[in-house]
Amino acid sequence: MPSASRSHLPPAPTGASRTILHTPRPAPLPPTELPAAALVYEEELPGGSMWSWVVKRGDVLRLTDLEGRANVAAVFYNRADFLDRYNMADTLKAQHTARLTTGYVLLSDMGRALLSITGDTVGWHDPLGGHGNAAHAEAKYGPSRFQEDRNTWHRNARDSFIVELGKWGMGKRDLVANVNFFSRLSADAEGRLSFVGGNSRPGAFIDLRAELDVLVVLNTCPHPLDPSRTYAPGRVKATVWRGEPPAADDYCRTFRPENERAFFNSEILFR
Amino acid sequence: MSTLIYTESSLDPASAVYDQVVPAGEGWMHRIGRGQSFRIVDLDGNQAVDTIFYNAAYPSERYSAQDTIREQGGIYLTTGTRLLSNDCNTMAVITADTCGRHDTLGGACAAESNTVRYGHRTKHMHSCRDNFLLQLGNWGDPFSKRDLVSNINFFMNVPVTPEGGLTFEDGVSAGGKYVEMRAEMDLICLISNCPQLNNPCNAYNPTPIRLLIWD
Repeated sequence: MPSASRSHLPPAPTGASRTILHTPRPAPLPPTELPAAALVYEEELPGGSMWSWVVKRGDVLRLTDLEGRANVAAVFYNRADFLDRYNMADTLKAQHTARLTTGYVLLSDMGRALLSITGDTVGWHDPLGGHGNAAHAEAKYGPSRFQEDRNTWHRNARDSFIVELGKWGMGKRDLVANVNFFSRLSADAEGRLSFVGGNSRPGAFIDLRAELDVLVVLNTCPHPLDPSRTYAPGRVKATVWRGEPPAADDYCRTFRPENERAFFNSEILFR
Repeated sequence: MSTLIYTESSLDPASAVYDQVVPAGEGWMHRIGRGQSFRIVDLDGNQAVDTIFYNAAYPSERYSAQDTIREQGGIYLTTGTRLLSNDCNTMAVITADTCGRHDTLGGACAAESNTVRYGHRTKHMHSCRDNFLLQLGNWGDPFSKRDLVSNINFFMNVPVTPEGGLTFEDGVSAGGKYVEMRAEMDLICLISNCPQLNNPCNAYNPTPIRLLIWD
Protein backbone atom coordinates (compact mmCIF):
# COMPACT_ATOMS: atom_id res chain seq x y z
CA MET A 1 0.00 0.00 0.00
CA PRO A 2 1.66 3.24 -1.03
CA SER A 3 -0.02 5.24 1.71
CA ALA A 4 1.12 2.77 4.36
CA SER A 5 4.73 2.86 3.11
CA ARG A 6 4.72 6.65 3.04
CA SER A 7 3.74 6.76 6.67
CA HIS A 8 7.09 5.15 7.54
CA LEU A 9 9.08 7.97 6.01
CA PRO A 10 10.60 10.33 8.54
CA PRO A 11 8.99 13.76 8.41
CA ALA A 12 10.92 16.89 7.57
CA PRO A 13 12.63 18.21 10.70
CA THR A 14 10.87 21.14 12.29
CA GLY A 15 14.00 22.44 13.96
CA ALA A 16 12.62 21.60 17.40
CA SER A 17 14.07 18.10 17.57
CA ARG A 18 16.02 16.85 20.58
CA THR A 19 19.41 17.16 18.98
CA ILE A 20 19.27 20.87 18.29
CA LEU A 21 18.11 21.62 21.81
CA HIS A 22 21.35 20.29 23.21
CA THR A 23 23.66 22.75 24.86
CA PRO A 24 26.07 24.08 22.23
CA ARG A 25 29.09 21.83 22.03
CA PRO A 26 32.68 22.78 21.26
CA ALA A 27 33.60 22.24 17.64
CA PRO A 28 35.03 18.76 17.06
CA LEU A 29 38.75 18.55 16.40
CA PRO A 30 39.59 17.51 12.84
CA PRO A 31 41.80 14.46 12.40
CA THR A 32 45.52 15.17 12.37
CA GLU A 33 46.48 11.79 10.88
CA LEU A 34 44.39 10.78 7.89
CA PRO A 35 43.80 7.03 7.54
CA ALA A 36 45.98 5.92 4.62
CA ALA A 37 43.49 3.28 3.54
CA ALA A 38 40.75 5.91 3.17
CA LEU A 39 42.75 8.33 1.03
CA VAL A 40 41.21 8.88 -2.39
CA TYR A 41 43.40 11.52 -3.95
CA GLU A 42 45.99 14.15 -3.15
CA GLU A 43 47.45 16.91 -5.27
CA GLU A 44 49.59 19.93 -4.60
CA LEU A 45 48.31 23.03 -6.39
CA PRO A 46 50.76 25.82 -7.24
CA GLY A 47 49.75 29.38 -6.40
CA GLY A 48 47.73 30.87 -9.24
CA SER A 49 46.47 27.52 -10.51
CA MET A 50 43.00 26.05 -11.10
CA TRP A 51 41.46 22.72 -10.13
CA SER A 52 38.17 20.87 -9.98
CA TRP A 53 37.03 17.62 -8.41
CA VAL A 54 33.81 15.77 -7.71
CA VAL A 55 33.75 15.08 -3.99
CA LYS A 56 31.46 12.08 -3.48
CA ARG A 57 28.80 12.13 -0.80
CA GLY A 58 30.37 11.52 2.62
CA ASP A 59 33.91 12.11 1.37
CA VAL A 60 35.97 14.96 2.79
CA LEU A 61 38.08 17.49 0.90
CA ARG A 62 40.85 19.04 2.97
CA LEU A 63 42.45 22.21 1.63
CA THR A 64 45.78 22.97 3.30
CA ASP A 65 47.46 26.36 3.11
CA LEU A 66 51.06 25.20 2.70
CA GLU A 67 52.80 28.57 3.02
CA GLY A 68 50.38 30.62 5.13
CA ARG A 69 49.43 33.04 2.38
CA ALA A 70 46.98 31.05 0.29
CA ASN A 71 43.63 32.17 -1.06
CA VAL A 72 41.31 29.59 -2.58
CA ALA A 73 38.42 31.03 -4.60
CA ALA A 74 35.78 28.33 -4.96
CA VAL A 75 32.27 27.61 -6.25
CA PHE A 76 30.21 24.44 -5.78
CA TYR A 77 27.62 22.53 -7.81
CA ASN A 78 25.40 19.48 -7.28
CA ARG A 79 27.06 16.96 -9.63
CA ALA A 80 23.65 15.61 -10.64
CA ASP A 81 22.31 19.05 -11.60
CA PHE A 82 24.65 21.97 -12.15
CA LEU A 83 21.71 24.39 -11.79
CA ASP A 84 21.56 23.34 -8.12
CA ARG A 85 24.52 25.45 -7.06
CA TYR A 86 26.13 27.30 -4.18
CA ASN A 87 24.17 30.33 -3.11
CA MET A 88 26.02 32.96 -1.10
CA ALA A 89 22.93 34.78 0.13
CA ASP A 90 21.09 31.65 1.23
CA THR A 91 24.20 30.37 3.00
CA LEU A 92 24.71 33.61 4.89
CA LYS A 93 21.15 34.47 5.82
CA ALA A 94 20.14 30.94 6.85
CA GLN A 95 23.02 30.82 9.31
CA HIS A 96 23.11 34.55 10.17
CA THR A 97 26.77 34.81 9.33
CA ALA A 98 29.19 36.70 7.10
CA ARG A 99 32.09 34.36 7.86
CA LEU A 100 32.58 30.61 7.46
CA THR A 101 34.15 28.16 9.89
CA THR A 102 33.47 24.80 11.58
CA GLY A 103 29.76 24.02 11.85
CA TYR A 104 28.56 26.11 8.94
CA VAL A 105 27.31 24.47 5.76
CA LEU A 106 27.51 25.72 2.18
CA LEU A 107 23.93 25.78 0.91
CA SER A 108 22.64 25.44 -2.62
CA ASP A 109 19.91 27.61 -4.07
CA MET A 110 17.65 24.55 -3.86
CA GLY A 111 17.88 24.50 -0.08
CA ARG A 112 20.40 21.66 0.10
CA ALA A 113 23.52 21.26 2.20
CA LEU A 114 26.28 20.86 -0.40
CA LEU A 115 29.35 20.81 1.87
CA SER A 116 29.72 20.96 5.64
CA ILE A 117 32.73 22.54 7.30
CA THR A 118 33.65 19.68 9.62
CA GLY A 119 37.06 21.01 10.62
CA ASP A 120 38.89 24.32 10.39
CA THR A 121 42.15 25.48 11.94
CA VAL A 122 41.84 28.98 10.44
CA GLY A 123 38.61 30.29 12.01
CA TRP A 124 37.42 32.69 9.32
CA HIS A 125 36.88 32.22 5.60
CA ASP A 126 35.49 35.01 3.44
CA PRO A 127 32.18 34.59 1.60
CA LEU A 128 31.86 38.23 0.47
CA GLY A 129 34.87 39.46 -1.48
CA GLY A 130 34.34 37.69 -4.79
CA HIS A 131 37.17 37.36 -7.26
CA GLY A 132 39.39 39.58 -9.36
CA ASN A 133 39.85 39.67 -13.11
CA ALA A 134 42.65 40.41 -15.57
CA ALA A 135 42.20 44.18 -15.26
CA HIS A 136 42.49 43.99 -11.48
CA ALA A 137 45.64 41.87 -11.75
CA GLU A 138 47.30 44.23 -14.20
CA ALA A 139 46.39 47.30 -12.12
CA LYS A 140 47.80 45.76 -8.95
CA TYR A 141 50.76 43.69 -10.15
CA GLY A 142 51.64 45.26 -13.48
CA PRO A 143 51.44 43.71 -16.91
CA SER A 144 52.19 40.02 -17.24
CA ARG A 145 51.41 37.86 -20.23
CA PHE A 146 52.36 34.41 -21.30
CA GLN A 147 54.35 35.73 -24.27
CA GLU A 148 57.03 37.24 -22.03
CA ASP A 149 56.60 35.42 -18.75
CA ARG A 150 55.68 31.92 -19.93
CA ASN A 151 54.22 29.92 -17.06
CA THR A 152 55.12 32.44 -14.40
CA TRP A 153 52.54 34.82 -15.89
CA HIS A 154 49.90 36.25 -13.57
CA ARG A 155 46.79 34.14 -13.72
CA ASN A 156 43.63 35.73 -12.32
CA ALA A 157 40.64 34.18 -10.59
CA ARG A 158 37.97 35.19 -13.11
CA ASP A 159 39.74 33.68 -16.12
CA SER A 160 40.65 30.60 -14.08
CA PHE A 161 37.00 30.07 -13.14
CA ILE A 162 35.86 30.42 -16.75
CA VAL A 163 38.45 27.90 -17.95
CA GLU A 164 37.81 25.35 -15.21
CA LEU A 165 34.01 25.68 -15.53
CA GLY A 166 34.42 25.23 -19.27
CA LYS A 167 35.80 21.75 -18.69
CA TRP A 168 32.39 20.81 -17.29
CA GLY A 169 30.40 22.47 -20.06
CA MET A 170 29.68 25.52 -17.94
CA GLY A 171 30.52 29.17 -18.42
CA LYS A 172 29.95 32.75 -17.41
CA ARG A 173 26.26 32.30 -16.62
CA ASP A 174 27.16 29.52 -14.18
CA LEU A 175 29.78 31.50 -12.27
CA VAL A 176 28.00 32.55 -9.10
CA ALA A 177 29.27 34.42 -6.04
CA ASN A 178 32.27 32.51 -4.69
CA VAL A 179 33.90 31.73 -1.35
CA ASN A 180 37.51 32.73 -0.57
CA PHE A 181 39.02 30.17 1.77
CA PHE A 182 41.89 31.32 4.05
CA SER A 183 41.01 35.02 3.61
CA ARG A 184 39.16 37.37 5.92
CA LEU A 185 37.25 40.61 5.41
CA SER A 186 35.93 42.78 8.20
CA ALA A 187 33.01 45.21 8.00
CA ASP A 188 32.95 48.30 10.22
CA ALA A 189 29.88 50.10 11.57
CA GLU A 190 29.50 52.00 8.29
CA GLY A 191 29.61 48.73 6.33
CA ARG A 192 33.08 49.46 4.93
CA LEU A 193 35.04 46.32 4.09
CA SER A 194 38.71 45.81 4.86
CA PHE A 195 41.10 42.93 4.26
CA VAL A 196 42.47 41.38 7.45
CA GLY A 197 46.00 40.14 6.86
CA GLY A 198 47.69 37.27 8.68
CA ASN A 199 44.44 35.27 8.84
CA SER A 200 46.04 31.94 8.01
CA ARG A 201 49.38 30.26 8.67
CA PRO A 202 51.49 27.49 7.13
CA GLY A 203 49.76 24.14 7.54
CA ALA A 204 46.33 25.58 8.37
CA PHE A 205 43.48 23.67 6.75
CA ILE A 206 39.74 23.46 6.27
CA ASP A 207 37.78 20.19 5.93
CA LEU A 208 34.71 20.12 3.68
CA ARG A 209 32.46 17.06 3.81
CA ALA A 210 30.20 16.52 0.81
CA GLU A 211 26.51 16.01 1.68
CA LEU A 212 25.79 14.96 -1.91
CA ASP A 213 28.11 14.45 -4.88
CA VAL A 214 29.54 17.96 -5.25
CA LEU A 215 31.61 19.44 -8.05
CA VAL A 216 34.15 21.80 -6.50
CA VAL A 217 35.69 24.33 -8.91
CA LEU A 218 38.50 26.41 -7.45
CA ASN A 219 41.63 28.38 -8.12
CA THR A 220 44.51 29.56 -5.97
CA CYS A 221 44.68 33.13 -7.26
CA PRO A 222 45.09 36.03 -4.80
CA HIS A 223 42.15 37.55 -2.96
CA PRO A 224 41.03 40.68 -4.83
CA LEU A 225 41.38 42.85 -1.71
CA ASP A 226 44.79 41.51 -0.66
CA PRO A 227 46.78 44.77 -0.58
CA SER A 228 50.11 43.15 -1.50
CA ARG A 229 51.38 44.48 -4.82
CA THR A 230 53.60 41.46 -5.34
CA TYR A 231 52.04 38.59 -7.23
CA ALA A 232 52.89 35.67 -4.92
CA PRO A 233 49.87 33.37 -4.54
CA GLY A 234 50.49 30.55 -2.07
CA ARG A 235 50.57 26.81 -2.69
CA VAL A 236 47.67 24.65 -1.56
CA LYS A 237 47.34 20.91 -1.00
CA ALA A 238 44.04 19.25 -1.85
CA THR A 239 43.41 15.93 -0.08
CA VAL A 240 40.29 13.79 -0.48
CA TRP A 241 39.46 10.85 1.75
CA ARG A 242 36.61 8.40 2.04
CA GLY A 243 34.16 9.23 4.81
CA GLU A 244 30.68 8.41 5.97
CA PRO A 245 27.40 10.32 5.67
CA PRO A 246 26.77 12.29 8.85
CA ALA A 247 25.17 10.79 11.96
CA ALA A 248 21.95 12.09 13.49
CA ASP A 249 23.90 14.09 16.08
CA ASP A 250 26.54 15.36 13.63
CA TYR A 251 27.99 18.70 14.72
CA CYS A 252 27.24 20.51 11.45
CA ARG A 253 23.75 18.99 11.15
CA THR A 254 22.82 20.17 14.63
CA PHE A 255 24.73 23.47 14.50
CA ARG A 256 21.52 25.32 13.71
CA PRO A 257 17.91 24.22 13.09
CA GLU A 258 18.28 25.55 9.53
CA ASN A 259 21.16 23.15 8.93
CA GLU A 260 19.07 20.18 10.03
CA ARG A 261 16.47 21.08 7.42
CA ALA A 262 19.11 21.62 4.72
CA PHE A 263 20.57 18.17 5.48
CA PHE A 264 17.06 16.74 5.10
CA ASN A 265 16.75 18.39 1.68
CA SER A 266 20.01 16.72 0.61
CA GLU A 267 19.30 13.32 2.11
CA ILE A 268 15.89 12.87 0.45
CA LEU A 269 17.86 12.51 -2.81
CA PHE A 270 19.51 9.31 -1.52
CA ARG A 271 16.60 7.29 -0.18
CA MET B 1 23.77 52.36 13.02
CA SER B 2 25.88 54.13 10.47
CA THR B 3 25.16 57.52 9.02
CA LEU B 4 22.38 57.62 6.46
CA ILE B 5 22.55 60.28 3.78
CA TYR B 6 19.38 61.28 1.99
CA THR B 7 19.45 62.66 -1.54
CA GLU B 8 16.39 63.88 -3.41
CA SER B 9 15.70 63.87 -7.13
CA SER B 10 14.52 66.82 -9.20
CA LEU B 11 12.64 64.62 -11.69
CA ASP B 12 8.90 65.25 -11.92
CA PRO B 13 6.66 62.16 -12.03
CA ALA B 14 4.39 64.01 -14.44
CA SER B 15 7.14 63.89 -17.09
CA ALA B 16 7.95 60.18 -16.69
CA VAL B 17 7.68 58.04 -19.83
CA TYR B 18 6.70 55.02 -17.73
CA ASP B 19 4.72 55.00 -14.48
CA GLN B 20 3.31 51.77 -13.08
CA VAL B 21 2.33 50.37 -9.71
CA VAL B 22 3.43 46.77 -9.08
CA PRO B 23 1.15 45.15 -6.49
CA ALA B 24 2.56 43.35 -3.46
CA GLY B 25 4.10 40.01 -4.28
CA GLU B 26 4.27 40.43 -8.07
CA GLY B 27 7.12 40.38 -10.57
CA TRP B 28 8.19 42.84 -13.28
CA MET B 29 10.70 42.69 -16.14
CA HIS B 30 11.36 45.64 -18.40
CA ARG B 31 13.92 47.35 -20.58
CA ILE B 32 15.63 50.50 -19.34
CA GLY B 33 17.66 52.36 -21.95
CA ARG B 34 21.11 53.82 -21.42
CA GLY B 35 20.76 57.32 -20.00
CA GLN B 36 17.24 56.76 -18.70
CA SER B 37 16.47 57.31 -15.03
CA PHE B 38 14.62 54.63 -13.09
CA ARG B 39 12.90 55.24 -9.76
CA ILE B 40 11.46 52.68 -7.33
CA VAL B 41 9.04 54.13 -4.77
CA ASP B 42 8.32 52.23 -1.55
CA LEU B 43 4.69 53.37 -1.43
CA ASP B 44 3.74 52.14 2.04
CA GLY B 45 7.14 51.56 3.65
CA ASN B 46 9.57 48.75 4.47
CA GLN B 47 8.97 46.81 1.27
CA ALA B 48 11.89 44.76 -0.04
CA VAL B 49 12.31 45.05 -3.82
CA ASP B 50 14.48 42.20 -5.13
CA THR B 51 16.24 43.39 -8.28
CA ILE B 52 18.69 42.03 -10.88
CA PHE B 53 19.99 43.91 -13.93
CA TYR B 54 21.13 42.34 -17.21
CA ASN B 55 23.03 43.90 -20.10
CA ALA B 56 20.25 43.96 -22.72
CA ALA B 57 22.70 43.22 -25.54
CA TYR B 58 24.68 40.45 -23.79
CA PRO B 59 22.58 39.07 -20.90
CA SER B 60 25.44 36.86 -19.63
CA GLU B 61 26.73 40.16 -18.29
CA ARG B 62 24.61 40.80 -15.21
CA TYR B 63 24.58 42.51 -11.85
CA SER B 64 27.20 41.21 -9.43
CA ALA B 65 26.72 41.76 -5.70
CA GLN B 66 30.29 40.77 -4.81
CA ASP B 67 31.91 43.01 -7.41
CA THR B 68 29.67 45.92 -6.42
CA ILE B 69 30.42 45.79 -2.70
CA ARG B 70 34.12 45.04 -3.14
CA GLU B 71 34.87 47.75 -5.69
CA GLN B 72 33.02 50.45 -3.74
CA GLY B 73 34.51 49.19 -0.48
CA GLY B 74 31.31 48.71 1.52
CA ILE B 75 28.26 46.50 1.80
CA TYR B 76 25.49 49.12 1.66
CA LEU B 77 24.15 50.71 -1.50
CA THR B 78 23.14 54.37 -1.58
CA THR B 79 23.54 57.57 -3.62
CA GLY B 80 26.73 57.41 -5.66
CA THR B 81 26.96 53.62 -5.62
CA ARG B 82 27.87 52.17 -8.99
CA LEU B 83 25.97 48.95 -9.61
CA LEU B 84 28.62 46.76 -11.23
CA SER B 85 28.30 43.78 -13.52
CA ASN B 86 30.20 40.49 -13.37
CA ASP B 87 32.55 42.12 -15.90
CA CYS B 88 33.01 45.03 -13.45
CA ASN B 89 31.31 47.45 -15.83
CA THR B 90 28.98 50.10 -14.40
CA MET B 91 25.40 49.09 -15.19
CA ALA B 92 23.72 51.94 -13.31
CA VAL B 93 24.54 54.64 -10.77
CA ILE B 94 22.28 55.47 -7.83
CA THR B 95 21.52 59.18 -8.25
CA ALA B 96 18.95 59.79 -5.51
CA ASP B 97 17.99 57.95 -2.37
CA THR B 98 15.58 59.09 0.33
CA CYS B 99 15.93 55.80 2.21
CA GLY B 100 19.71 55.90 2.74
CA ARG B 101 20.65 52.26 2.71
CA HIS B 102 19.93 49.19 0.58
CA ASP B 103 21.10 45.58 0.86
CA THR B 104 22.76 43.26 -1.61
CA LEU B 105 23.73 40.33 0.65
CA GLY B 106 20.31 38.99 1.64
CA GLY B 107 19.42 37.43 -1.70
CA ALA B 108 15.94 36.39 -2.74
CA CYS B 109 13.50 34.09 -1.01
CA ALA B 110 12.57 30.81 -2.68
CA ALA B 111 10.34 27.86 -1.83
CA GLU B 112 13.39 25.71 -1.10
CA SER B 113 15.30 28.25 0.96
CA ASN B 114 12.08 28.93 2.88
CA THR B 115 12.10 25.26 3.95
CA VAL B 116 15.59 25.77 5.36
CA ARG B 117 14.94 29.09 7.06
CA TYR B 118 11.39 28.67 8.35
CA GLY B 119 10.54 24.97 8.03
CA HIS B 120 8.89 22.82 5.40
CA ARG B 121 5.41 24.11 6.24
CA THR B 122 6.39 27.33 4.40
CA LYS B 123 7.47 25.60 1.16
CA HIS B 124 4.35 26.50 -0.78
CA MET B 125 4.20 30.13 0.23
CA HIS B 126 4.77 32.61 -2.59
CA SER B 127 8.41 33.64 -3.06
CA CYS B 128 10.65 36.01 -5.00
CA ARG B 129 12.23 33.24 -7.02
CA ASP B 130 8.81 32.18 -8.28
CA ASN B 131 8.35 35.74 -9.50
CA PHE B 132 11.82 35.73 -11.06
CA LEU B 133 11.26 32.40 -12.82
CA LEU B 134 7.84 33.43 -14.14
CA GLN B 135 9.23 36.68 -15.53
CA LEU B 136 12.32 35.03 -17.04
CA GLY B 137 10.24 32.17 -18.45
CA ASN B 138 7.73 34.47 -20.09
CA TRP B 139 10.48 36.73 -21.47
CA GLY B 140 11.99 33.56 -22.95
CA ASP B 141 15.29 32.96 -24.66
CA PRO B 142 18.00 33.34 -23.48
CA PHE B 143 16.82 33.69 -19.88
CA SER B 144 16.45 30.79 -17.46
CA LYS B 145 17.23 29.82 -13.87
CA ARG B 146 20.92 29.94 -14.86
CA ASP B 147 20.60 33.71 -14.90
CA LEU B 148 19.47 34.06 -11.29
CA VAL B 149 22.33 35.48 -9.24
CA SER B 150 22.68 37.40 -6.00
CA ASN B 151 20.38 40.40 -6.25
CA ILE B 152 19.84 43.83 -4.75
CA ASN B 153 17.21 44.23 -2.03
CA PHE B 154 16.15 47.84 -2.27
CA PHE B 155 14.77 49.23 1.03
CA MET B 156 16.12 46.27 3.01
CA ASN B 157 18.56 46.54 5.93
CA VAL B 158 21.00 43.64 6.50
CA PRO B 159 23.93 44.76 8.65
CA VAL B 160 27.17 42.79 9.02
CA THR B 161 28.88 43.03 12.42
CA PRO B 162 32.66 43.26 12.97
CA GLU B 163 32.43 39.73 14.41
CA GLY B 164 31.07 38.45 11.10
CA GLY B 165 27.43 38.19 12.11
CA LEU B 166 24.64 38.99 9.68
CA THR B 167 21.14 40.01 10.70
CA PHE B 168 17.92 41.15 9.12
CA GLU B 169 17.11 44.40 10.91
CA ASP B 170 13.93 46.36 10.78
CA GLY B 171 13.84 48.47 7.65
CA VAL B 172 15.06 52.03 7.46
CA SER B 173 12.49 52.83 4.81
CA ALA B 174 9.05 54.41 5.15
CA GLY B 175 6.06 55.19 2.96
CA GLY B 176 6.98 57.36 -0.01
CA LYS B 177 10.74 56.83 0.21
CA TYR B 178 12.43 56.13 -3.10
CA VAL B 179 15.67 55.22 -4.80
CA GLU B 180 16.60 56.44 -8.26
CA MET B 181 19.32 55.32 -10.64
CA ARG B 182 20.61 56.23 -14.09
CA ALA B 183 21.26 53.40 -16.53
CA GLU B 184 24.82 53.42 -17.89
CA MET B 185 24.07 50.73 -20.50
CA ASP B 186 20.94 49.33 -22.11
CA LEU B 187 19.48 47.17 -19.36
CA ILE B 188 16.84 44.58 -18.74
CA CYS B 189 15.61 44.93 -15.17
CA LEU B 190 14.08 41.99 -13.28
CA ILE B 191 12.12 42.74 -10.10
CA SER B 192 10.22 40.75 -7.51
CA ASN B 193 8.13 42.87 -5.18
CA CYS B 194 8.88 40.53 -2.29
CA PRO B 195 6.00 38.42 -0.90
CA GLN B 196 7.92 37.14 2.15
CA LEU B 197 5.74 36.89 5.28
CA ASN B 198 8.18 35.12 7.60
CA ASN B 199 10.69 37.86 8.44
CA PRO B 200 10.71 41.63 8.95
CA CYS B 201 12.00 42.48 5.46
CA ASN B 202 8.50 43.61 4.49
CA ALA B 203 7.39 44.45 8.05
CA TYR B 204 5.30 41.22 7.76
CA ASN B 205 3.01 43.09 5.37
CA PRO B 206 4.00 43.16 1.67
CA THR B 207 2.80 46.32 -0.06
CA PRO B 208 2.83 47.81 -3.58
CA ILE B 209 5.67 49.74 -5.22
CA ARG B 210 5.66 52.36 -7.96
CA LEU B 211 8.13 52.22 -10.85
CA LEU B 212 8.92 55.26 -12.99
CA ILE B 213 11.25 55.77 -15.96
CA TRP B 214 12.38 59.09 -17.45
CA ASP B 215 14.19 59.70 -20.73
